[in-house]
Amino acid sequence: MTTPPAFVFDPERFLKNGAGGHGRHLGLAYHAHGPNWLEMALPYDTRLIGDPDSGVIASGPILSMMDMAASMSVWLKLDNFRPHATLDLRVDYLRPATPGQTVFGRGECYRITRSIAFVRGQAHDGDPGDPLAHVAGTFMAPEGYF
Amino acid sequence: MLPPYAETLGLYADPEDAENCRLIMPFEDGVLGRPGFLHGGAISGLMEMAAIVALRHALADDGGGRIKPINVTVDFMRGGRDKLTYSRGIVTRLGNRVANVEATAWQDDPAKPIAAARMNYLVVRS
Repeated sequence: MTTPPAFVFDPERFLKNGAGGHGRHLGLAYHAHGPNWLEMALPYDTRLIGDPDSGVIASGPILSMMDMAASMSVWLKLDNFRPHATLDLRVDYLRPATPGQTVFGRGECYRITRSIAFVRGQAHDGDPGDPLAHVAGTFMAPEGYF
Repeated sequence: MLPPYAETLGLYADPEDAENCRLIMPFEDGVLGRPGFLHGGAISGLMEMAAIVALRHALADDGGGRIKPINVTVDFMRGGRDKLTYSRGIVTRLGNRVANVEATAWQDDPAKPIAAARMNYLVVRS
């Protein structure tokens, strides 16, 4: 008797079309992932501008990307899918994103308890050594992660 | 005047708000997260825009200037459903260099927010 293959969360497939809805609307795309992290890309788009004087994109799209990347990093670390919701998310905006550049955001899950997952992340626009945002957050699985 | 990102979220000023400080976000495909619910990033974007609108008003009354976001902390309290979402920012302190702003987002009852945010802004006085 063989057991059915375990569910494997495939972020690249999940993020085709930016997962639809808000992700697709912003132009979010899959970039890379590892065992407990996921990196997404947010190409520069004039529709995302928050400061028309400088052409700098708003902070909101970066928060959206970090929320999604962090959320999926939990399922990667878990090696499974569990419905969960963002409990809180804090973003430090270290510097403005450079107009015209794609912004990359990496979310990483570093701890999962029975019902809470802890995440951190960074965003940069070309040089990971010169980040533009730092993120810390928690997610909650109402029915538990395990 | 709202920036392009606010238009991308579909935001508009609530015509019933005398102070012109309350924003509305319609429930559309572009702000959808999991099926039937708002995306947390769209709710956060709405609150950041409401905070900036409130801060711009306060700053204009105080001589004007430019604002730069330092950080934001968002608490998500309930899922956003298929209806209008409202948000308003409240400037809790407008200092010489830093402003502290709070914003909430709600749907049916302002006393039952779906999310709340605290933001710090750097203020460059003109």
